[in-house]
Amino acid sequence: MSRDLDELYQSVILDHNKSPRNFHELPPPARHADGHNPLCGDRLTVWVDTDGDTVREVAFLGNGCAISKASASLMTAAVKGKSRAEAIALADEFQKLVTGRLEGAAERKALGKLQALGGVSEFPIRVKCASLAWHTLKAALANAPEPVSTE
Amino acid sequence: MTVSTATTSPTPRLPAAALDVSSIRADFPILASMVNGKPLVYLDNAATTQKPRVVIEAVRRFLAEENANVHRGVHYLSERASIAFDAVRGQARAFLNAPAEHEVIFVRGTTEAINLVAQSYGRSVLRPGDEILLTTMEHHSNIVPWQLIAGQTGAVVRAVPITDAGDVDLEAYRGMLGPKTKIVGVVHISNALGTINPVAEMTRLAHDAGAIVLVDGAQAAPHLPIDVQALGCDFYACSGHKIFGPTGVGLLWGRTELLERMPPWQGGGDMIHTVSFAGTTFAPLPAKFEAGTPAIAEVIGLGAALGYLRQLDFASVQAYEHELLAHATEQVRAVPGIRLVGTARNKAGVLSFTLEGVHAHDLGTILDSEGVAVRAGHHCAQPVMERFGLQATARASFAFYNTFDEVDALVRGLHRAREVFA
Repeated sequence: MSRDLDELYQSVILDHNKSPRNFHELPPPARHADGHNPLCGDRLTVWVDTDGDTVREVAFLGNGCAISKASASLMTAAVKGKSRAEAIALADEFQKLVTGRLEGAAERKALGKLQALGGVSEFPIRVKCASLAWHTLKAALANAPEPVSTE
Repeated sequence: MTVSTATTSPTPRLPAAALDVSSIRADFPILASMVNGKPLVYLDNAATTQKPRVVIEAVRRFLAEENANVHRGVHYLSERASIAFDAVRGQARAFLNAPAEHEVIFVRGTTEAINLVAQSYGRSVLRPGDEILLTTMEHHSNIVPWQLIAGQTGAVVRAVPITDAGDVDLEAYRGMLGPKTKIVGVVHISNALGTINPVAEMTRLAHDAGAIVLVDGAQAAPHLPIDVQALGCDFYACSGHKIFGPTGVGLLWGRTELLERMPPWQGGGDMIHTVSFAGTTFAPLPAKFEAGTPAIAEVIGLGAALGYLRQLDFASVQAYEHELLAHATEQVRAVPGIRLVGTARNKAGVLSFTLEGVHAHDLGTILDSEGVAVRAGHHCAQPVMERFGLQATARASFAFYNTFDEVDALVRGLHRAREVFA
């Protein structure tokens, strides 16, 4: 396997693809949003349960490639317990990671397990796979009525 | 690595038909490239084909030495450009075996050809309740233009079901044809399944019901000898870039009597006879449907591509492609976890499949790291994916320049993907 491919399909990604965490619905009053990548047909739904300003729980369901599934799975764990603003800030940092725009090592480290998706930046067409869950999370937090699309 | 392709019996390497593939490959400069440190294995020909040197050179030479607008100037260059441009229409007529040159309209591609027919022919004949009959295996470009015109006229779009193998259900088709059917749209070869549809028979049945037939020939044009008269259809559409020519140019063939009755689709220069604010008269065919400056360099390039195809022995090409697809089908099918999508008896050019536990996009990325280019996704044929309960497939699609060794590289890549996702 070439080095880049090793970077992309790290064991943590393969693991989350095979056994996605928080892979279920959340009952109301949790809010949800649908995400769609029309280029590849990937679809997922993200549920967010908030307690005041705190994200109490996040879950998702959907079909997609390993990158999109692992990204969604890692996301559900990463944003749990964060404030709404922190979750949105994390989404922005994540976007920088997968587009190769993250500045320093410290910022990289702050992303914790999400760093596993850093290899995506070497594969520009796969960036949308990694971002879909995060766009959908933002929509769920904003209670957006329309499905989000990566296009 | 435990990959062994020897477990499946290899088909003989020498095709019965004498097609000199290595000399053909030498005509296509891009085929010698390296991708990710590996020799390029280009198996995305249904998306677009690569270009032989004669096409690249024809476009370059036109732009460097003959560039001018056509059908306008009286100067030397314009005359040269017009002559070269017009000559391609004759080549295209021969390529389609159309009865007359004025029946061949230059368009942007298959998509534009179908939109033209939908908007011009469709708009003038469709009444509320009329039916447009398509098959479930149509490309979006032979669905959406009809949905648009149906929305504008009150006509209804209906889809003929397909079988598990990926054939049109002809019984259902017969049953769905009726007095309300005004237009039948059918793909000659499915881009997602590779099925070769019985277009001549379907046309006969449609004509019996009083409907006209448009054939989407985007995928058929590179694989089958096209003969619109033998097919008996009323419109035939194809794209230059899928027959080794440039993007941005395609062909629409239509019967004179239909094209003459149809109103212009787009207005502008070149398509008029006289213009005044009191009224405008339109140019005769084919200019009536070619408003504005055409894709001149691309048409010239298409001419070179048609010339290239003409000097090949097409019977040998077909025989070779047939063997190549049979070999690929056998080898890919033998990989554990593979499900072939589209197993019709009559197929050409396309092998669509899924690999258990590996999403098509991940498969596409892993194959790419091996230098193997395939398409992964819904292939702009979402109703087909839905029919087979899939989101996406990986698709290897072939041209006459592909080799048996390249099929083996694809199979090695599939084994690699299984290892990564083990």
